[in-house]
Amino acid sequence: MDDLLAARSQMAMSLAFHIIFAMIGIAMPAMMVIAERRWMTSGEAIYLELAKRWAKGTAILFAVGAVSGTVLSFELGLLWPRFMEFAGPIIGMPFSLEGFAFFTEAIFLGIYLYGWKRITPRAHLLAGVMVAVSGTLSGIFVVIANGWMNTPAGLVMTNGQVVSFDPIRAMANPAAFSESLHMTLAAYAATGLAVAGVHAFLLLRQPDNAFHRRALSVSLLLGVPAAVLMPLSGDINARFIAEYQPAKLAAAESLFETQRGAPLVIGGWPDPDERTIAFGLEIPRLLSILAYHDPDAEVIGLDRFPREEWPPVAIVHLAFQTMIGLGSYLALLGLVTCYLMIRKKDLIKRRWLLKALVVGAPMGFIATEAGWVVTEVGRQPWIIRDVMRTADAVTPMPGLVATFIAFTLLYILLSIAVVWVLSRQILRSPKITEEAAHA
Amino acid sequence: MPEFTPALLVAGVMMVSLNAYALLAGADFGGGVWDLLATGPRRERQRHLIAQAMGPVWEANHVWLILVVVLLFTCFSPAFSLLAIRLHIPLSLMLIGIVLRGSAFIFRSYDSQADQVQRRWGRVFAVASLITPVLLGMMVGAVASGKLTSGGGAGGFVATFVSPWLTPFSFAIGIFALVLFAFLAAVYLTVEARGTDLEEDYRRRAILSGIGVFAAAGAALLIAGHDTSGAPLMWRGLVHSKWALVFQLATGAAALMALFALAGRRYYLARMAAGAQVSLILWGWAVAQFPYIVPPDLTMESVAAPDVTLKPVLLALAVGAAILFPSLYYLFRVFKSSETRSLSRPQ
Ligand code: HDD
Ligand code: HEM
Ligand code: HEM
Repeated sequence: MDDLLAARSQMAMSLAFHIIFAMIGIAMPAMMVIAERRWMTSGEAIYLELAKRWAKGTAILFAVGAVSGTVLSFELGLLWPRFMEFAGPIIGMPFSLEGFAFFTEAIFLGIYLYGWKRITPRAHLLAGVMVAVSGTLSGIFVVIANGWMNTPAGLVMTNGQVVSFDPIRAMANPAAFSESLHMTLAAYAATGLAVAGVHAFLLLRQPDNAFHRRALSVSLLLGVPAAVLMPLSGDINARFIAEYQPAKLAAAESLFETQRGAPLVIGGWPDPDERTIAFGLEIPRLLSILAYHDPDAEVIGLDRFPREEWPPVAIVHLAFQTMIGLGSYLALLGLVTCYLMIRKKDLIKRRWLLKALVVGAPMGFIATEAGWVVTEVGRQPWIIRDVMRTADAVTPMPGLVATFIAFTLLYILLSIAVVWVLSRQILRSPKITEEAAHA
Repeated sequence: MPEFTPALLVAGVMMVSLNAYALLAGADFGGGVWDLLATGPRRERQRHLIAQAMGPVWEANHVWLILVVVLLFTCFSPAFSLLAIRLHIPLSLMLIGIVLRGSAFIFRSYDSQADQVQRRWGRVFAVASLITPVLLGMMVGAVASGKLTSGGGAGGFVATFVSPWLTPFSFAIGIFALVLFAFLAAVYLTVEARGTDLEEDYRRRAILSGIGVFAAAGAALLIAGHDTSGAPLMWRGLVHSKWALVFQLATGAAALMALFALAGRRYYLARMAAGAQVSLILWGWAVAQFPYIVPPDLTMESVAAPDVTLKPVLLALAVGAAILFPSLYYLFRVFKSSETRSLSRPQ
């Protein structure tokens, strides 16, 4: 493995690890706040119990998110010093704002977790709201920085050299909106439905446990609307990259030839050398419709780009298909749940729905990882699109395989420990009947 | 007196953050050291007190380091890049330490209360708390010694990536940082333990480690004066600049005051004196290497980002501070004021 590949792998592995905990850190506080608020309005102690249990789990996951995020802040320099030397002054602003969001998040999380008996319930709920808001903001700020890597704005170039820049315009880069909207919704959808899946699993075994019923209703409240919105928000992303990052869309869709009325390929395995795609199901004109809302629109293919500027087509294509497939399942699941809830059906009695929720539990996270592969691998060979190549940004430090292996092992161990500690928390969840819950 | 340029202001904020990190997170690392060294019949209760003192605040304390890093790569990015290249190895090791310490601490607080499980996480937490500050200190030592030339790379792997930070001087600073943090933690813990039988345990530890600080400082100074392995540039700054003497004397006075306050059981005074001592050491270092950010090549002004970057960052810092300081005040009031302290425990 050469140093560049090791650096890319280490970055990808660290980000893929961090994003799980970051998403939970964004969405769990909102769910804790909803549960706590229901306790305050309904007086049902079971909701307070729920908020406290979720808070315990969140404390563990948040700490792992915080330490893995710290690793990332340094890795930006450890792996990509040339990139940071150039981009730091341009895109440091959202990172600085993110720093303050971290502060508020960590401060109020401390208050929330340890302050149950020390402050009034109202102040406590407010602390939870602060955590939820600042968590969401920290996610948005860092994704804005990523948006600039995809669509670098605010640069004044002459002869390929940057002569001046404007950090405010860099922050207001074109990709910032679509990416941060999609990411924030993804955090709510993935976490909400994952938690719903866990409690649905436990309800299949203990259908009468009021604790899991309450937990399911709160988590669906957050996860379902977000999951239904995902395809709509994803449509904004797709139309955006069609216009601003055509190479990425072409790779995602394995579109080798520029054409009008381009078809959408479902599944399939692209062969970049032959410029063909095997085993795919072609739906005529659908790509033009999706990308431009016009069946005859011209979609730019990879033929417009020199071969050495193609991203790895197969990886991007596969990741994109994964995201869309899982996203469609979750959106459908969300719609069915909505329908049942509007018709006031008892969800718990529908074991097939509970099973479908269990199946969906990991999907949001997998879709997110896949989505980031589309965004990040789809940007290759650029670290800053059309401005700096990834190969020119990497550190001169040799032997990066060693750090890649070290951090991979560290994170594998950490994952095992997290799963172990959390599963023991879940197994210890209380058994409460409906009668007891109302008493 | 230097002119107050935007670069100097940002550098000042970075020093304030580093100072806060040393005073707050430094003590958390020190707490881990005392966890490792907990002995005697009250061993488990000593550990419990440390965990209780750290629990609500350690994550917020940790963010000061993030702020320093972010400001460094935003406002002085060539310095960030140089440090990240030349200190790749100790930085990676430090990160592993940070990951292990934070996660082991939280696992211990929330995982099964069975003694054996607790002890295993506790061991990881304590050992990581011991190693991380040493690495942090070694890197400060490497910067102060002026061995991080920006040319680098010509001399082969060891000369470029290892020698600058693996010197007797940087090692001495690493040990110094460790002892200093342990001292700070012990002093804070005397306040936390007031009125209980743990008070004397921590008072004794504070006095012993306070004396240890003198010894470690003396060793570091001796090595700094030594021309090749030491930090000649730093040494000149420490000995010859007119400000330096003021800092030396003030640091010494604060250190003595902390020890006398401990001897007289005046713990709040001891805490203030110890805090002042640590802060003065940091600012003394900053003044001694002024105007260099990474000596001997990179001065602050030579690597500072242009004003289009610095001015919005300063504005953001001002707005951020207006949110941050009231929140921090609230956090510490809820958990560290004497009326409510005995109640804190994770639910
Ligand atoms: C719960 C997770 C999830 C789900 C269900 C979906 N996505 Fe997604 N997608 C993400 C999670 C995600 C992500 C991980 O959050 C990404 C990576 C970068 C970003 O902004 O969002 C992403 C990126 C991303 C991109 C690339 C954006 C860019 O590079 O700027 C496109 C075009 C789409 N998505 C489109 C869709 C469509 C059409 C979906 C319809 C089902 C969809 N996504 C479902
Ligand atoms: C290069 C990319 C990234 C860097 C450098 C980074 C950095 C960090 C750092 C330093 C922390 C720790 C803060 C603390 O101590 O509390 C953190 C936590 C966090 N990050 Fe990231 N991060 C990155 C990517 C992301 C992404 C893509 C998201 C979300 C969309 C995200 C969302 C969060 C959140 C919500 C937290 C709070 C901790 C938690 O809830 O687990 N980060 N990140
Ligand atoms: C947390 C969600 C994210 C995931 C899962 C993710 C995933 C990835 C992957 C898979 C790569 C390797 C691409 C390749 O080299 O083929 C990568 C590279 C990279 N990402 Fe991300 N990314 C995320 C968010 C971010 C954010 C928010 C930033 C910056 C602000 C960022 C900065 C980078 C950088 C600097 C590289 C290395 C250069 C490159 O390969 O282009 N990433 N990421």
